Amino acid sequence: MTVVSTADLLAILPELLVMTGGCLLLVLAPLTPPHRKEWLTYLSLATLGAAFVVSYWFMGAFAGVPRPAFSGLYVLDAYGTFWKLLLIGVSALIILLAKAHLKLEEIDLPEFYAFILLSLSGMMVMVSGADLLVIYLGLELMSLCLYVMAGFKRYELRPLEAAAKYFILGSFSSGILLYGISLLFGRTGSTTLAGIREGIASLPAGDPILMLAMSLLVVGFGFKVAAVPFHMWTPDVYEGSPTSVTAYMAVASKAASFAAFVRVFLGALGGLKEDWQLLLVAVCVATLILGNVVAIVQTNIKRMLAYSSIAHAGYALIGLAVADAFGTASVMLYLAIYAFMTLGAFTVVTMLRRGGLEGDEIDDFTGLAKRNKWAALVMLLFMISLTGIPPTGGFIAKFYVFMAAVSAGMTGLAVLAVIFAAVSAYYYLRVVMVMYMRDPGEAAGTPGYNVRVVVSPATIAVLLVASVAVLILGVFPDQLVKAAQSAVLPLK
Amino acid sequence: MQDVILNTTPLPHLLTLVILLPLVGVAMMAFFKDEAAVKYVAFWTTGLEFALSLPLYFWFDPATHRMQFGEVVQWISTPPIRYAVGIDGISLWLVLLTTLLMPICVVCSWTAIKSRVREFMITLLAMETALLGVFCALDFVLFYVFWEAMLIPMYLLIGVWGGPNRIYAAIKFFLYTLAGSLLLLVAIIVLYFQGGHTFDILALSRAQYGETLQAWLFWAFFIAFAVKVPMFPLHTWLPDAHVEAPTAGSVILASILLKMGAYGFLRFSLPMLPDAVGRFTPIVLALSIIAILYGAYMALAQSDFKKLIAYSSVSHMGFVTLGIFVLNTQGVEGALLQMLNHGITTGGLFLCVGLIYERTHSRMLADNGGLSKPMPRYATCLVIFALSSLALPGTNNFIGEFLVLVGSFLYNKAIAVAAALGVILAAVYLLWMVQRVAFGVPTEKTARVTDLNWCEMATLVPLIVLIFWIGVFPNPFLTPMHASIAHTFDVMARGSEALPTGVGSLSGIPGGLP
Repeated sequence: MTVVSTADLLAILPELLVMTGGCLLLVLAPLTPPHRKEWLTYLSLATLGAAFVVSYWFMGAFAGVPRPAFSGLYVLDAYGTFWKLLLIGVSALIILLAKAHLKLEEIDLPEFYAFILLSLSGMMVMVSGADLLVIYLGLELMSLCLYVMAGFKRYELRPLEAAAKYFILGSFSSGILLYGISLLFGRTGSTTLAGIREGIASLPAGDPILMLAMSLLVVGFGFKVAAVPFHMWTPDVYEGSPTSVTAYMAVASKAASFAAFVRVFLGALGGLKEDWQLLLVAVCVATLILGNVVAIVQTNIKRMLAYSSIAHAGYALIGLAVADAFGTASVMLYLAIYAFMTLGAFTVVTMLRRGGLEGDEIDDFTGLAKRNKWAALVMLLFMISLTGIPPTGGFIAKFYVFMAAVSAGMTGLAVLAVIFAAVSAYYYLRVVMVMYMRDPGEAAGTPGYNVRVVVSPATIAVLLVASVAVLILGVFPDQLVKAAQSAVLPLK
Repeated sequence: MQDVILNTTPLPHLLTLVILLPLVGVAMMAFFKDEAAVKYVAFWTTGLEFALSLPLYFWFDPATHRMQFGEVVQWISTPPIRYAVGIDGISLWLVLLTTLLMPICVVCSWTAIKSRVREFMITLLAMETALLGVFCALDFVLFYVFWEAMLIPMYLLIGVWGGPNRIYAAIKFFLYTLAGSLLLLVAIIVLYFQGGHTFDILALSRAQYGETLQAWLFWAFFIAFAVKVPMFPLHTWLPDAHVEAPTAGSVILASILLKMGAYGFLRFSLPMLPDAVGRFTPIVLALSIIAILYGAYMALAQSDFKKLIAYSSVSHMGFVTLGIFVLNTQGVEGALLQMLNHGITTGGLFLCVGLIYERTHSRMLADNGGLSKPMPRYATCLVIFALSSLALPGTNNFIGEFLVLVGSFLYNKAIAVAAALGVILAAVYLLWMVQRVAFGVPTEKTARVTDLNWCEMATLVPLIVLIFWIGVFPNPFLTPMHASIAHTFDVMARGSEALPTGVGSLSGIPGGLP
């Protein structure tokens, strides 16, 4: 009896490719002479390219019909493939960004790319797992790689603190998640999403253990997507980690966690919808308020973007709290667009250098429009988009989330969300103000005075992709909207 | 009812061309290294734009209320959002006002803007596209996109090229308008679900809404539009923004941007929410009267030339909202004409402030006395604009304010009397201003200034011609409005025998949607 069939292996072909690429890189890293190191970068990019092509083919070939694999532990469907395409694309951009950034930070170790690929494979497992333990496995693989990457600048104190904090709090939250899973297993006798769904249906409504398990899952996933009140780690870790790792955490890890969050809650816990909807709305309101308000007082751009990423988790949570097909599509759309604008903003941050250090204070942007007008222009675009002003992608993202909320009768939540979108304009526009409305000379004596802008072909490529994507998605979003709407989970 | 949108012109894409041409100008600027060349590109783009927009008037059919020069293209499939544009008698003059003022703004910035000329011209042109889009959009989401897109260029215009306190003014302007318009977004989405799953403005204007819903939507609309107008308690961003903005920014703000709010009332609040409008009219009228009197009173107290004009704008826009909400033909036509008049006259006055600021580097009235001696041409223009602004018979504002007053008299005599007080106050502050600036003793600063050159005169003369043209022959300006405004009242009165949702929506246009 064969445990694994060819069809099963084919279903996880993209994951296999990425994982093999990651392991290969780990082996090749010490064997490659220093002057050939960029070959490893190209190898990682080629791996991602292959995985992307295969996933893209899956998108067309299996559209609509979910294919279970490994006796129902895993599923190949349009939903997971949509996220995989996004995650692979983001990882490729992060590798490009890191190629330039790690050199500047003098931590250009080839293992970095291996960790990106390995954590990506974790994410891909997460978004396609049809069993809570498989999802947990993917989540842990992703997280372990991220813990290492957060502390990649191992000779400095701040990154080490960030990595330690991330690791301790992260394992704590994983524990809570696992506890929730075990309670679910105890009550329903299954760890597969379908099994749990059936188990819940046969239990009486309001079962206290189920409620507890559901709340623990909200805590576990809430931690990974940085929702309030489980966000405490975010600002410190985002600030301390190397910026390219921060960008990876803010974009890819958040997107993958949202993907799993949506799949678990709509797929396995659909029967408890009334209960968790209320809980998620509360989390969502807290996230919107805290993220947006606390971002106002930040002086460090990475901390500001950390709080902004918390706030954006709040907007995406609206789509999840709505809990229907439109809501799911709006979450997918939101994170896809959010990925490009946040990645772009972090890329601009990596370009500013104050001496040998990163210029990561908001004051370091002073007069950027005079020093490098293209960098200022794309940053302007990303800030507008993060605020959600048309004609950028950020507007489309928010528009669909609000549509979903109103269509589900949550108009109050939509009103609250727009009010805090107006609040967010204040801190995003402050960056624009500092870049365009202050002279570099005005800041003589302040830290931003001797900030230089480092440009490399790789960062130009990342910025070009991100800004074009933000603009195109703002003006012609139809293709992405269609893709997201046709890839939503089949709701039972 | 099949074709609510007409497109019978020889140039089927004329309106789209007019909306997008400024962006072509922006793209062309990338090919010119020299800043002087950039200025010429901006000038010729806006000039060509104005020439292109003239056929909109010549080919306009005043006999119909239907949308003309229409174009509809599918933009987003779910939910159905379209690129749908067209103009009627309500939007025609606002479009033409925009295209007329833009070349003037380019010319008046020719020497005044010294740093980052290219970026300045790009923001100006991007703004023009957004403004035209607002007045032409027939899809609510498209409208909103243009409505919001205009914020960023204006923010940059004030914040980068403005006066000493520009950053505060720019942020205040931005946050005020953004907070107002985001509620509009939620209202638009609610309308979509309540008005038959469409964003089509014409279809939404025909749907029925419950009374409570109308009340909520009315206030959501009201906040968005009232901030832009600006109406009395929400006006505080305006003096700051006006004073700090560069001349071109002030002209655009006063002449076009403020009209967006009044246009919103006329295009959306009235036809879509007739019951709520009827219910809340007294409140809006009271706020309008307060704006008229309070704006005039504040203008009296100003020693800053630009701030005086800014507060006079609050007062004059009070007439516009007054005219709209007395809900009769005279009032609304007067209000629409006043929108055009205020654009011309106040635009002219802001140009005058800019011209004198370039010479004396002071906006204080006390520093700019006795200009009639050294600058006779300037003084003449200033007097004409001031007299027009105080509604002297024979000038444009007389016709508009007269119509508004007739309309308010028909509605309620007390309101008309209170509004007429505003006209008297306007005479006081404007004549006092003229006396201090044009006459009086020249100060040290003004003794040796040079008079306007032909280029500067060229920015003012078209506005002066229009002032007298509208003042003496208002009919060509009023004729295109009649059908559309009468239709607005028809739609408002649709009551119980309203058309079912969807009839007369954009989907019925031949050659429109697939």
